[in-house]
Amino acid sequence: MSDKRNDAHLIQLTVNGRVHTLGVGPQATLKQVLREELNLTGTKSGCDAGDCGACTVLMNGRAVTSCLVLAAAADGAEITTIEGVAQGGELHPLQKSFIKHGALQCGFCTPGMIISSLELIGKKPAPEESDIKAALGGNLCRCGTYPRIIKAVKDWRSFEGVDLDTEPSDEGERDQIRTHSTVGRGVPRYDGPDKVTGRTEYTADIRLPDMAHGKILGSTVAHGLIKSIDTSAAKALPGVLAVITAADVPALRYGVSPARYDEEILARERVRYVGDEVAAVVAVDEATAEKAVQLIKVEYERLPAVFDPRDALAEGAPLIHPEEAEKYARNINTQVEWHFGDVEQGFAEADCIVEDSFVGNRTYQCPIEPHASVARWEHHAGKLTVWSSSMAPHYLRHMLSRIFEIPQGDIRTITPCVGGGFGVKAEATPLDLCAVIFSRLIGRPVMMKYSREEMFHHFRGRHKQYIDMKIGVKKDGTITACQSHILLDGGAYTSYGIVTAYYAGSMVPTLYKIPNYKYDGYRMYTNLPASGAMRGHGVPQPRYAFESLLDMAAEELGLDPFDIRLRNAMQPDTMTCNDLDISSCEFTATLEQAREQTGWNEKKGKLPPGKGIGVGCGGFVSGAGYPIYRSKFPHSNALIRLSEDGMAASLYIAAAEIGQGCNTILPQIAAEELGIPYHRIWLVESDSVLGPTDLGSYSSRVTLMAGNAVRMAAAEVKTKLLEVAGKQLGCDMHGLTARDGRIFVAEHPRIGMDWDEAARLAFSADGPVTGTGHYSPPPGLGGRYKGAAVGTSPAYSFSTAVCEVTVDLETGYVTVDDFYDFSDAGTVINPVTFHGQVEGGIIMGLGETLMEDTLVRDDGSLINPDLHGYLVPTISDSPRIVSRAVESYEPRGPFGAKEIGEGCLPPILGAIGNAVYDACGVRVTELPITPEKILAGLQKNREKTGRTP
Amino acid sequence: MKLTLSLNGHSTELVAAPGARLLDVLRDAGCTSVKRGCETGDCGACCVLLDGEPVNSCVVPAAFAADAIVTTLEGLNDDPLMRRLQDCFLEAGAVQCGYCTPGLLLVAWQRLREGGELTEYDVRHAMSGNLCRCTGYAKPVRAVLDAWEAMP
Repeated sequence: MSDKRNDAHLIQLTVNGRVHTLGVGPQATLKQVLREELNLTGTKSGCDAGDCGACTVLMNGRAVTSCLVLAAAADGAEITTIEGVAQGGELHPLQKSFIKHGALQCGFCTPGMIISSLELIGKKPAPEESDIKAALGGNLCRCGTYPRIIKAVKDWRSFEGVDLDTEPSDEGERDQIRTHSTVGRGVPRYDGPDKVTGRTEYTADIRLPDMAHGKILGSTVAHGLIKSIDTSAAKALPGVLAVITAADVPALRYGVSPARYDEEILARERVRYVGDEVAAVVAVDEATAEKAVQLIKVEYERLPAVFDPRDALAEGAPLIHPEEAEKYARNINTQVEWHFGDVEQGFAEADCIVEDSFVGNRTYQCPIEPHASVARWEHHAGKLTVWSSSMAPHYLRHMLSRIFEIPQGDIRTITPCVGGGFGVKAEATPLDLCAVIFSRLIGRPVMMKYSREEMFHHFRGRHKQYIDMKIGVKKDGTITACQSHILLDGGAYTSYGIVTAYYAGSMVPTLYKIPNYKYDGYRMYTNLPASGAMRGHGVPQPRYAFESLLDMAAEELGLDPFDIRLRNAMQPDTMTCNDLDISSCEFTATLEQAREQTGWNEKKGKLPPGKGIGVGCGGFVSGAGYPIYRSKFPHSNALIRLSEDGMAASLYIAAAEIGQGCNTILPQIAAEELGIPYHRIWLVESDSVLGPTDLGSYSSRVTLMAGNAVRMAAAEVKTKLLEVAGKQLGCDMHGLTARDGRIFVAEHPRIGMDWDEAARLAFSADGPVTGTGHYSPPPGLGGRYKGAAVGTSPAYSFSTAVCEVTVDLETGYVTVDDFYDFSDAGTVINPVTFHGQVEGGIIMGLGETLMEDTLVRDDGSLINPDLHGYLVPTISDSPRIVSRAVESYEPRGPFGAKEIGEGCLPPILGAIGNAVYDACGVRVTELPITPEKILAGLQKNREKTGRTP
Repeated sequence: MKLTLSLNGHSTELVAAPGARLLDVLRDAGCTSVKRGCETGDCGACCVLLDGEPVNSCVVPAAFAADAIVTTLEGLNDDPLMRRLQDCFLEAGAVQCGYCTPGLLLVAWQRLREGGELTEYDVRHAMSGNLCRCTGYAKPVRAVLDAWEAMP
């Protein structure tokens, strides 16, 4: 049985004013006691190492990370958790400030942020920005909400004694379009109040009666054959309910794409990376499961391993999937050979050809919420319920159905709130699968979670790309050709990697007009954790290369970086050379506004040594044009039902809220189309039994696709009400308008009736008033060549980012001082969540450019699978940010909207790289741009010129 | 107060406030099949097996469970006889609101384990301390008899 029951100490804690007497084991932490014994799950578990700050509580008035405080050491202490901050249902002014400023996205760091801020304002009620940065330095936010958190803490006193209304509020966010009532306004997030009080339920917060806990054992060798597995000691440990190995699980292979199912639930004969899943344990509690998993003895025969895709491609390299030696010859997982136009001809026409080699980094999404899954197999009904921290619960259900051979209709997937995804939670994980297997085996609900270290092993982070790229440019800056050759480090399995290999090529010609383009891509297997889909999927590193080359060409031709970009900028209604259909496009306007509003002409090349300014551009699809597997089902669907009294509308959707704000955006779209205020919408979300299918929160698709489905459902309901109102008012329904809770004659607004009265009449006449909506992308998107589907989308976003940096010429240290972003995301539905995504994308991009990389030892084990070795930006790294929407009207989007969540990241890398070059004359082609690389570049320049810069 | 007991087959140390009832400490320990119905020993919804005997845990001081063997429904979910009994309950339609069901299952299981002949009277006698407001008892009694008939 678990340690905590043995040798228990009796302690007394006063938690949120209530005295508890508890028996705690010698190793129990304060966090465990709060979450597991007292069920105060607002205190989050992010890293168990004091790095992330998600578990911060006040102990005797001081903010502490409760994962590092032994419960026994807290005896007699007064503890305040997030649940104790609001008093008697009244939010603390700080909590109101967080909601109004949009200072929360996925919400997983929010309890810790608020607790740390409380300690600060207790000591210093009017904190300066520097105080806030110091106080919150230990709280990580991967959504990059830092600029808003700083504003919220600074401004908290404005909310003393003020009611938190839910009416649309500007709050410093300019209304984007004034022709609408709700769309375009910064209404407070739907999930705001729950997220600031710790009431939001994430998967690891689920408590089911009789729930058992599972744990997976990972391989300790990078490449080897399993000789034997001895589970006897684990099975004998009291409290262990079952132990499984490959022999006990379905023998089929699975993955993301049907073309490359190459993963095993538990390794059968061969392990392919350190961490590859080998066996799993389920026990009465987590501590017992953790102990038992260590008692499993595995004997391996080590095989030669390969950790670099260049080595993997070499003749005679060890094969990582030898059972399919022909399909994956030379460890090539996916090969792309594209040629559009004629690059030979294009380069012949060029006046200047620049080329270089670039190397990307293995960055990891690092959501603060670790993956978790709970499965409950209903033996009697033959049904399965799975709660999972999934960005794409539909694909999870699809995969569960395939693996366990039960109809999708018998599987219920529920996605509680997701504490950050960024691509890493978009596929079925061994956690989901083992939890299901265990639940079926032992007849109890089973929870499984990854530790922070296990997350790094599971990975699915950014593919490290080795890029050789060349562009040809005429004297006036016109691009004549582009050619790239890219090796992608895919790790041991496919995951989303086929798509990544195509995206790395397909998105290059979407930003600038490139008449001749050639791309050769090779996604390689290596003995490393599998790479997958990360925000901006496959695009940021080639974009970094391209934006760097553009600046190099401009310099050689004596052109301004803006002029060369303006010369080639994509225009609306264009078919790219690779048959992508660009619809709306205000790219030129983003460039022009950026140049004007950043003072570019006065700064570029004119700043003092060590100071620099740079520009980078980017963009992304607004949802993939095709699903992962062949299906004719609509990509997004929605259902609306009115309450009987007509005062509210329930919106049923299955899109996953991962912090991006879709559970605010979609109710806004519903409210606008229905003609009622936002606060009259009830949202019923992320449950496959309640809401109709949505493919998921990936490829930045939800605003456009789910938004269209929601608008269609709302339009159906509205039509029914206008019909009833027309009869009642004795006028033609086509002359009626619904807005702000009234239905009236558009030309004579005084003639009308209350919206709810019309709804009551409709219900009285025909029963429940409902509407359904669905969305599929326009048919026939894309060309006819192999891989043409990847990169297709109903619409594309365009961004120009400018940044100013300071490079310390002594140490090589880069400080990003200012960022300016100008994005064409179509119509902005909610400026608060829009700018929140942009700021977060800038901060994540800044991390990717300057500090983030997962490092590997010679034996394939990870050097930094934790948040003190893998550096993600803290609040102190957060630059000043100016974000501006450059609106277009996208005819295929709801109210003209496109996407922002992913497209905001790709421009960042190039902008910083070009600014660093401007500041010190060093072009770093290998990410991340660390001080060492800058110093080496400065040294090289000194040797070349014989003087200091 | 700390007390050591065997709970559902595992040696367990629980903390109980002075005067705490067995009902409370079991529910705090996660055994929520133990239902709180009347708190006066009348309804049987909080029935557990204490050293093998059915007791109403709401009227048993927690201290009585020191060094005892306590079994709740959670501890029997893997037991073949309990599984059969549960199947019979479901097949017979013996479950309606379900609140009394854990208690009914426990006393019926304990009676079946005792062995020997089983008449309808015996079943009704065994269940006489468990109130059910939904089923009128007919189907639960039928279910227990079905389970008995299916016993090897």
